[in-house]
Amino acid sequence: MVVLIVLLLTYAVFYLLPAGDPALRFAGKSPTPESIALIRHRLGLDQPWYVQYGKFVKNFVTGDEYGWPGLGYSYVNGVPVLEQIKERTPRTLLLIVGAAAIWLVVGVSIGVLSAVKRRTVADRAAMGFVLFGISAPVFWLGLMALFIFWSKLHWTGGTGYVPITEDPRGFVSHMILPWTVLALLFAAIYARMTRNTLLETLGEDFIRTARAKGLSEREVITHHALRASLAPIVTMFGMDIALLVGGAIITESVFNIQGLGWLAITSTFNQDLPTVVGVVLVGAIAVVVMNLFVDIAYAFLDPRVRYA
Amino acid sequence: MSEVVLDVRSLSVVFPTQTGDVRAVSDLSYTLHRGETLGIVGESGSGKSVSSLALMGLLNRNRARITGEAVLSGRDLLSLPSDQMRDVRGKDVAMIFQDPFACLHPMHRVGDQIAEAVTAHVKVSKSEANKRAVDLLDAVGIPNAKSRSRDYPHQFSGGMRQRAMIAMALVHNPSVLIADEPTTALDVTVQAQILKLIERVKDEFDIGVILITHDLGVIAETADTVLVMYAGRVMEVAPSRELFQAPQNPYTWGLLGSMPTIERRLDRLVAIEGSPPSMVAVPPGCAFNPRCPYRFARCTTELPELKDVEGGHADRCHLSDQSKREIWAATAAERLGATG
Repeated sequence: MVVLIVLLLTYAVFYLLPAGDPALRFAGKSPTPESIALIRHRLGLDQPWYVQYGKFVKNFVTGDEYGWPGLGYSYVNGVPVLEQIKERTPRTLLLIVGAAAIWLVVGVSIGVLSAVKRRTVADRAAMGFVLFGISAPVFWLGLMALFIFWSKLHWTGGTGYVPITEDPRGFVSHMILPWTVLALLFAAIYARMTRNTLLETLGEDFIRTARAKGLSEREVITHHALRASLAPIVTMFGMDIALLVGGAIITESVFNIQGLGWLAITSTFNQDLPTVVGVVLVGAIAVVVMNLFVDIAYAFLDPRVRYA
Repeated sequence: MSEVVLDVRSLSVVFPTQTGDVRAVSDLSYTLHRGETLGIVGESGSGKSVSSLALMGLLNRNRARITGEAVLSGRDLLSLPSDQMRDVRGKDVAMIFQDPFACLHPMHRVGDQIAEAVTAHVKVSKSEANKRAVDLLDAVGIPNAKSRSRDYPHQFSGGMRQRAMIAMALVHNPSVLIADEPTTALDVTVQAQILKLIERVKDEFDIGVILITHDLGVIAETADTVLVMYAGRVMEVAPSRELFQAPQNPYTWGLLGSMPTIERRLDRLVAIEGSPPSMVAVPPGCAFNPRCPYRFARCTTELPELKDVEGGHADRCHLSDQSKREIWAATAAERLGATG
């Protein structure tokens, strides 16, 4: 249902709202009259909008001549949209997974540390890191990281993407900087949120109960406080992952990873409408799917949700 | 009387703040015997909860200055290092709290939370700990204890949660159980059941119970000895029956006078005039003097001593015994008059 509405909105935004002939926009920057006629026929632009939308949905659901789900053909690049997306998605996903692992571990640990050692030097240092992480622009951080670790120290690989199947070492060496840079911003945000949620939880009565039964402070923090603070972290995590699927644009650009974000940008510049629609749909579906995951995770985390 | 389990000597708790020191508890002393229920009454902010949290080591020692001593089986709880204090908590001294809705972890099973109290102090297998949890739930009157122990707190009613808290407190047969307003958040009918349960486990497990409340009705039903606190100090301490029949302190008179009874239907609730003092600026002399209808010059300058009256009854007031007797007799007559 949600996916259908997403399809309708995407369709409306890209096909109906812009002024001018959609076929012209689909054809790319310098179309020939033949290609325009072909596109117009393929898109069924001589038919009313609901037939067009129906065809758009039908293609998406049942697939077209290029496979499932049917996303059409990029006339600019001369390849099916689906093929481009299939090529770009793993890069973005691997970028996100690596970064997410780093920022979860680093962010949550720093948050816990700084909540437990509140108002100490460690806490101040952690909050200083948070401020830096949130303020530092990703493109600047990315370029500085490349300059120091690649160009000067030669510790890591440079820009570009090395497929993991071809050269695992090269893959890691090229991904470590983008992972870290992307993770830094999120680690900062997660550290701050973990700290705040945890401090709030530590004021709860059930924490006093846990202490009253003689648990060690370590057990109180991990088994009781952190457990109750997980839900908001999981929610934010799900949303951030989903947004990054279509939105790791700056990181992908700085490190020339050419994933989905890069595909969205280049196809926008080239007025490659079918590709833009494809990427937007993938991003929207990622949001829907992650929402579902978050809901399922909630049921695991909180028994009150499970039985309601 | 039976063996003394807890001996509190001149306990004081001060919270230094930017606006001055908050003297939450000043010079509090009492003894608690096995099988005895000591009731501590007082208004909000009188220091009754803080004094117990200090005993439990649950006050942040960086933010509270705690002095005095509290001796439990030969050890002074107030000077124990925190890791040894951790081992005392939940083992020798257990505590239950006001709001059973907020006191159990919402995401852990009730039985697991009790079992955790077991494994916090002794090395036993998880199944043994769980068995102990089920036995205790059964002992505090949870029906189908075995299956209910697998429930989460939100599947329990308020009374059942408080029962579960009591079960958790009993895990290691503590010598002292501190109950901090255990019935305040519960329905009246459930209150009575919980009080009965505390009474029963006190006898069965031979525990000394400290019952903190602002409800004199609760005190009348359960306490053997009563300690009346005001502004962090003991105003009067007496055996329960004594306190209700021959109270000595004007503050106690005020508390008793504000308690409606069935014989004495009040058209309006009687309150003690004024409100408790700010704990940063406690009035000089007797802290109660600004609200006391019987005060005289000496009350505003000199803090009265806690003087023994007779048979374990002590009182902190400058009034002479003679005038106290007269005033109380007059008040009592007036109360009877109100009934007629």
